[in-house]
Amino acid sequence: MGILNKLDSKVEQFESGNIIITSADKLLNWARLSSMWQMSFGLACCAIEMMATAASHYDLDRFGIIPRPSPRQSDVIIISGTVTLKMATRVKKLYDQMPDPKYVLSMGSCSNCGGPYWEHGYHVLKGVDRIIPVDVYIPGCPPRPEALLEGLIHLQEKIRSQSIAKKVS
Amino acid sequence: MDISEILSILNSVFEKETIELKTDIPVEPFLIIAPSKINAISLFLRDEERLQFDFLSSLSGVDYDEENLAVVYNLYSFVHKHKLMIKVIVPKNEPNVKTVSNIWTTTDWHEREAYDLFGIVFEDHPDLRRILLPDDWEGYPLRKDYKVQEFYKGMKVRY
Repeated sequence: MGILNKLDSKVEQFESGNIIITSADKLLNWARLSSMWQMSFGLACCAIEMMATAASHYDLDRFGIIPRPSPRQSDVIIISGTVTLKMATRVKKLYDQMPDPKYVLSMGSCSNCGGPYWEHGYHVLKGVDRIIPVDVYIPGCPPRPEALLEGLIHLQEKIRSQSIAKKVS
Repeated sequence: MDISEILSILNSVFEKETIELKTDIPVEPFLIIAPSKINAISLFLRDEERLQFDFLSSLSGVDYDEENLAVVYNLYSFVHKHKLMIKVIVPKNEPNVKTVSNIWTTTDWHEREAYDLFGIVFEDHPDLRRILLPDDWEGYPLRKDYKVQEFYKGMKVRY
């Protein structure tokens, strides 16, 4: 059973094999990072790399990542390409439609900081983090599928370290 | 058929002042046509037996010089295998050109693009509104004197 391998030392198993004990954080994080359903959504040339990553050669499915056609069913939105000001209003709307917990991957130079349009792109948003909070930035123009996979694994590690309890400051 | 022969056919029908031939240039020669006459002359270019320009390859807007904008028409005839470049030059303070979208339907969107990015107004166009930029965009970005706006809907535009 996958959960036994992934929850490491904090898992206690009883002799009968039907009961396991772990912390709520560990269980929730394991469930969330093992099924990061991404929104079926692409913006520019980075989307081609993203589609290649989702196809059989790189196979995103083995990480439990499958594209969903609706923001209501999505956990992750990959901003894959140039965010124009016209599109930025739509990106914000799609992000707002996603249920919590939700995660944002900024894929490629354009959505990180405006990319080649940083100086003369009168119509380009210089970084998607100006409208929505970004969890992981992936550099590249466009990033190779390996880079996108590493970004997604970094996001999994980030989710693994989360806690539902509020931190006492 | 070369451009001087085309010009002589046009001169036999239209007033000489409305058409000007430019040849003293390093690129291919072209005709400059008065903005108000472009529709009538285009219709003639398409329907005249000896010309038959049945295809408009491209229509582009240009920021021509300090005072003027221009529209460039590239025509081709599949029947006669000849081509023609036309320019219409209009002042920036009153950039009005007659539409040719009733003659070559393909120019519908081309003219909307020139309107969107250069602010050239095509009179009698059936649906003249922005095609690429949002409807509430201010200014015409491909003009040389365009100033990038500071904010668009609360989003900072500059880097």
